[in-house]
Amino acid sequence: MPTLPGVHLKDEITKISQRLKELGHGRHLDKAVWDKVELARHPKRPYTLDYIEHMFAGFIELRGDRFFGDDPAIVGGLAAYQGRTLMVIGHQKGRDLNSRTLRNFGMPRPEGYRKAQRLMELADKFGIPVLTLIDTPGAFPGIAAEERGQGGAIAKTLVCMARLNVPTVSVIIGEGGSGGALALALTDRVLMLENSVYSVISPEACAAILWKDSGEAHLAAQTLGMTSADLSRLEVVDEVLPEPRGGAHRDHSAAARILKDALEEQLRELETMNPRVRRKERFDKFRRMGVWKENGLTLF
Amino acid sequence: MAQKVSVDISRRGGNNSNGAESCPGCKELLSPADLSGNAMTCPHCGHHFRMNARQRIELLADSGSWSEIAGNLRSADPLEFFDLRPYPDRIEEAEYDTGLSEAMLVGRARMNKMDVILVVMDFGFMGGSMGSVVGERFWRATEEAMETRFPLVVVCASGGARMQEGILSLLQMAKTSCAVELLAEVPVPFVSVLTNPTTGGVVASFATLADVIIAEPGALLCFSGPRVIEQTIKEKLPEDFGLAESNMKHGQIDIIVPRTELKDRLVQILGLLEGGVACALQPLWEEEKSPSRRGGAITQALNRIKAFANSSRRSPKR
Ligand SMILES: [Zn+2]
Repeated sequence: MPTLPGVHLKDEITKISQRLKELGHGRHLDKAVWDKVELARHPKRPYTLDYIEHMFAGFIELRGDRFFGDDPAIVGGLAAYQGRTLMVIGHQKGRDLNSRTLRNFGMPRPEGYRKAQRLMELADKFGIPVLTLIDTPGAFPGIAAEERGQGGAIAKTLVCMARLNVPTVSVIIGEGGSGGALALALTDRVLMLENSVYSVISPEACAAILWKDSGEAHLAAQTLGMTSADLSRLEVVDEVLPEPRGGAHRDHSAAARILKDALEEQLRELETMNPRVRRKERFDKFRRMGVWKENGLTLF
Repeated sequence: MAQKVSVDISRRGGNNSNGAESCPGCKELLSPADLSGNAMTCPHCGHHFRMNARQRIELLADSGSWSEIAGNLRSADPLEFFDLRPYPDRIEEAEYDTGLSEAMLVGRARMNKMDVILVVMDFGFMGGSMGSVVGERFWRATEEAMETRFPLVVVCASGGARMQEGILSLLQMAKTSCAVELLAEVPVPFVSVLTNPTTGGVVASFATLADVIIAEPGALLCFSGPRVIEQTIKEKLPEDFGLAESNMKHGQIDIIVPRTELKDRLVQILGLLEGGVACALQPLWEEEKSPSRRGGAITQALNRIKAFANSSRRSPKR
């Protein structure tokens, strides 16, 4: 085929087929994905304290990081539960204007993570299992939070959770937003409510960076694979918990019952294990996270 | 396990390979020779230019001592991620542009004759982002350090987690933190060097978990990026926000070391960290006259008294 000097047909073909792929790929938006993002952020969805109220007869909230302050975006404390004590720690969002501001929209600062570490170490000392409830858009991005070591606080929380000798279970109950969520989710078992999401970045921020258009958030949500079905397929979560018809916000006590039953089952299994084995399996579990190729083979 | 480095220098394009560039610090015109002869720092004002992985290895490892580990790991595409382009295309382009196989290289090396496990990140490879391969290579580095008892040196440069691997990238923070914990239980000394920029998921995992945290002058080190913070709090950030100097002021790092002194300082710090073990073992290696055997002698001595090292005082906390 004759070509003009300087025109490389191969390049042109590549470009055109590229453009075709762009137009075709991923543009069939699955509405169900964005519905889940909205359900996960639903203002009436049960939050950590709602679950605590429905699940446990006695709960004593313990506050403060003993260094700087108390972060209301993370709550924690001791709960009586089926003849044992549990340490329950979770992100907390607010429902009205005042409580939203107080809870900083569920975005913790370093002192929140340091409080969580303190409570987990306390639980470890007395052999109390730890339950964490994950529901945050992410760790708070602020100047003072950075100055007090936001990154280091999250990292130390991860190590703290890895190190625990007691059984640990986390449940993603709403938004699992990035490192701020993961910080409380390095547990023996990771459960997820059906309409929750868990992601490396918010779909809005992802769209703004990769598509240069935050309006593409729906597409980003789909591409990131942040629904419970995606995460179950990637073996990031161990169990997906069904929600009451229409979503957890429709019936808080039914949602709490589902969570309680699942927790009971997981704890029963974890508690019978040798603590050393259980701890080692936790390390093994997170060691396996990721997909890569080694000598041409894809490894999970 | 060890193999030759997969860095292919010939493929590197190198912008400004012939032309001089003006220093952002002092506006002096600098030739490539000025820079490369001075560890990519400005000879006039000390401004630190970005350094790629190959230059970093040349800077830190004794000549000819580097041998790569886990160089055969490559990214997969578990999400079949497609933004404006498919993820595998972006990987291929990054490989071509940098001549590297990933954003992190791991290897054995010697620094002033001391054996170390050296890990370097390259911001040029998809912004030094952490995906599955970076996480797994970091794990292999810690495994190697545990096996050999050679100290671990990690030079960070990263924009955070790699979006194209979605949640699996996020989980690398958990994975690398677990690796650091296992290393700490031995214990093997671990020093991180935070270079410009080190942000996001890497800051919230292994970078800040080191026994000693070194930073290069002027490096941006933060968890949330400046733009995200500005958009959230709707305020302009102070000029020194997140810089190494500001992190130092707020107690987040141990020491700021200019790059030209980095290697010597690292060796000094590692020696002092090993001192706890080293002092107890002094009689065992004093006979080792040749200084070139120093690293090996420590290891041998360590092996000989493994029982001691694993007993009461140095045993894992739990
Ligand atoms: Zn200059």
